[in-house]
Amino acid sequence: MAIDVSTVRRVAHLARIETPEDRLEPLAQELNGILAWIEQLNEVDVQGVEPMTSCVEARLPLREDVVTDGGDPERVLRNAPKSADGFFVVPKVVE
Amino acid sequence: MSDLIKLTLSDALDGLKARQFSSEELTRAFVDAIEAANPKLNAYVLPTPEKALDMARASDARLAKGEGGALEGAPLGIKDLFCTEGVRTTAGSRIISEFVPPYESTVTANLWADGAVMLGKLNMDEFAMGSSNETSFFGPVVNPWKSKASNADLTPGGSSGGSASAVAADLCLGATASDTGGSIRQPAAFTGTVGIKPTYGRASRFGMVAFASSLDQAGPIAKSVKDSAILLKSMCSHDPKDSTSLDVETPDWPSFVGKPVKGLRIGVPKEYVVDGMPAEITALWEQGRQWLKDAGCELVEISLPHTKYALPTYYIIAPAEASSNLARYDGMRYGHRAGEAKSLTDLYEKTRAEGFGKEVQRRLTIGTYVLSAGYYDAYYVKALKVRRRILQDFENVWDRVDAILTPSTPSAAFALGDQRVDPVTMYLNDIFTVTANLAGLPGISVPAGLDANGLPLGLQLIGKALDEGTIFSLAGALEDAAGFTHKAEKWW
Repeated sequence: MAIDVSTVRRVAHLARIETPEDRLEPLAQELNGILAWIEQLNEVDVQGVEPMTSCVEARLPLREDVVTDGGDPERVLRNAPKSADGFFVVPKVVE
Repeated sequence: MSDLIKLTLSDALDGLKARQFSSEELTRAFVDAIEAANPKLNAYVLPTPEKALDMARASDARLAKGEGGALEGAPLGIKDLFCTEGVRTTAGSRIISEFVPPYESTVTANLWADGAVMLGKLNMDEFAMGSSNETSFFGPVVNPWKSKASNADLTPGGSSGGSASAVAADLCLGATASDTGGSIRQPAAFTGTVGIKPTYGRASRFGMVAFASSLDQAGPIAKSVKDSAILLKSMCSHDPKDSTSLDVETPDWPSFVGKPVKGLRIGVPKEYVVDGMPAEITALWEQGRQWLKDAGCELVEISLPHTKYALPTYYIIAPAEASSNLARYDGMRYGHRAGEAKSLTDLYEKTRAEGFGKEVQRRLTIGTYVLSAGYYDAYYVKALKVRRRILQDFENVWDRVDAILTPSTPSAAFALGDQRVDPVTMYLNDIFTVTANLAGLPGISVPAGLDANGLPLGLQLIGKALDEGTIFSLAGALEDAAGFTHKAEKWW
């Protein structure tokens, strides 16, 4: 399953990482190198094996659905690249 | 007073309790040592001398009253992956290079509650993605060890390279670290230090910058097995703020160090012999088996047939989880935001292209690819199934063995720049460590000898889930037998 330049362009876009045209070909080669190495997993018989999503078999714990934190906009906004009047300032998202 | 920095944590705690020296004196010695060494080793990305001295004085006040916790007055380094309230936390990345957390990670909160003193934040590979510390936005860490064959700067390993270098160079009594595929044990092996990754779920992940959530686990890097047990005990706790935190008691691990190991059954997996492994590592492994045999252990040859598939499995699962975890860095609520952009999507893409380094971009791209429509089953789900096969390999041997002995790494520390060319070569560093992450098992690396160039080599013990106690006892036995007292010769 070789990755070509157009696939890299599409995946980089999905990952929201701007990738200059001249980086696409080298990146495709790197990814193909890694994927070729990963291909060896096809040798493994996984018939009837349940996917393992966690090492912790316990169920997710539940807690009371109550507010335990909050009401502190100053702390929440402290690291914001841009904020005003207790709000995050972001670019216009609706045209 | 500069000899104070050479103490082990355990001896320093005794000295503090006996009031032979104050925490302020001890802390000041470290502050001076860091100031002198850091321009050369680059182990700390942010020394916090004032905070350290304040905390030390508060510890001295408690010690004077005969009070204080298990780590009272002990100066430690903190990997820059742990959020520290009011102290910049970067995960080695440009994208959060100015992030000042408004909260404290549970692991560090536990250390401060026990009286530890923070010397500063330690350098690391960006988002813990690397095995040589060369992906850090703040530049690589240098290993205090030098090869007899060359004067080249060596890597301390990664991703916890700052932690390992700082412990090896006596720039802290011990350090926090984290391990997703080997990031505690490989740097420990490269620097002649002890590093343990506990069972998944022992240490809370709350406030730890996430890389791959089903694999990430915190642990210490320390100067001795006993020190690592003291630190790990303090770091671990059940935490309702981490849904994968185990609701189990934390044992008194220091009491396991020094316990007899007679009669324990040690598995020696035949699949851990790899092509091109230096003869010295094979010989050290053999030596380790002999040491444990002499201590009364029984050696059992075992097979873990899916071992060779562990790294490729990891390089699907870890990037996939990372691509999801790191989606949060979009430049909106915190972190770097790019300047001019044509649209919102363009702004995201520019922000992340500017904010993430090359290796992180590579892994996010791989992760996005294996999760994308059409490839999800072929790669991601397949890897999750092979992961269970790897877990089953271990489950199949636990009725016959109590722990498993392997080398920690397939080589000694290499020169900075040496393995930068090919990502897969770099990934192979974790070949012996990554299985414990995939299966969620505890693993410890103990310094066991030097290679012909005078560089440290480590042996790894892997234990059953929640059975850190047994591997602490065995690691203690290896430490005693190896009598490893070598230190890097000071050049920094």
